[in-house]
Amino acid sequence: MLRFGLPLLVLTALLALFHRGLSLDPRALPSALIDRPLPAFQRPALLEPERTITDADWRGEVALVNVWATWCSSCRQEHGMLMRLARESGVSLYGIDYKDQPAAAIAYLGGAGNPYRDVVSDRDGRLGMDLGVYGTPETFVLDRQGVIRYRHAGPITDQVWEERLRPVIEHLEAMP
Amino acid sequence: MNRMLATLLVLLFLAPAMAASDRYPFDDDAQRERFRSLLGQLRCVVCQNQNLADSNAALARDMRREVYDLVRGGSSEDEVVDFLVSRYGDFVLYRPPMTSATLALWLGPVLLLGVGAGVALVLVSGSGPRAPGADERRRARAMLGEDE
Repeated sequence: MLRFGLPLLVLTALLALFHRGLSLDPRALPSALIDRPLPAFQRPALLEPERTITDADWRGEVALVNVWATWCSSCRQEHGMLMRLARESGVSLYGIDYKDQPAAAIAYLGGAGNPYRDVVSDRDGRLGMDLGVYGTPETFVLDRQGVIRYRHAGPITDQVWEERLRPVIEHLEAMP
Repeated sequence: MNRMLATLLVLLFLAPAMAASDRYPFDDDAQRERFRSLLGQLRCVVCQNQNLADSNAALARDMRREVYDLVRGGSSEDEVVDFLVSRYGDFVLYRPPMTSATLALWLGPVLLLGVGAGVALVLVSGSGPRAPGADERRRARAMLGEDE
């Protein structure tokens, strides 16, 4: 009986591993910024370049920081969702315009609508690099102290919002 | 004619090498070597099977620029690596570090090889020829028609 037992066991174990593996995304990276504060920055506001925004401005309440660009098609797909979130969820949504032309970004927000409470211009991508951005769009969830607690890479869909972001936000809002 | 063609080809092949070093000039030999070494050991997190030296991705260009600025500014190899790992995680290292999480990655192949070799040994030695017993000898003699 052992003749069948051992190979069968090995086969079952392998099948379990393969099944798990098929649902994993090999390209997905965990964020190195989790549980670390939003990186210090000082950048011009996209819509009013004379005004400077710093990391301190985005501290004090639970917030979403969305990294986007006009050249990023997934960001355009996500835009409708962001408009909805801005209207309905009550969470502060900030934007980082990553490696983009400010004029194009301003025109885009003017035409498609601006879901952001404030948008910062990251032309050289240094702020994105400090955040470990490797593909737009990326959205970071900050707690009240401005510490990054969660990072979602890719567009926010209904499913992502319901299953991942909303629970995290509600948990953080329940904390002091 | 062949000579000219050969010379032209050699110069053509040299062109990319010259272009690369012009884009990131160094006055210091040690810094140039450090830069080259770093580009080989850091991964492009977009084209994830390429290192920073090979990848054409926009992010790779940004990362190369960052590495260049850091090395030029006097940072050591460790400092540059720390800078990128603190932003992108261990994955940015082409050779994964030996931590409790990556232990399975490093030891796995060796262990599997050991298990496979062990199984092979057992199978091979188990089915080796052995001396026939009395019953078998009698049957063999009968089959061979020993009496004839």
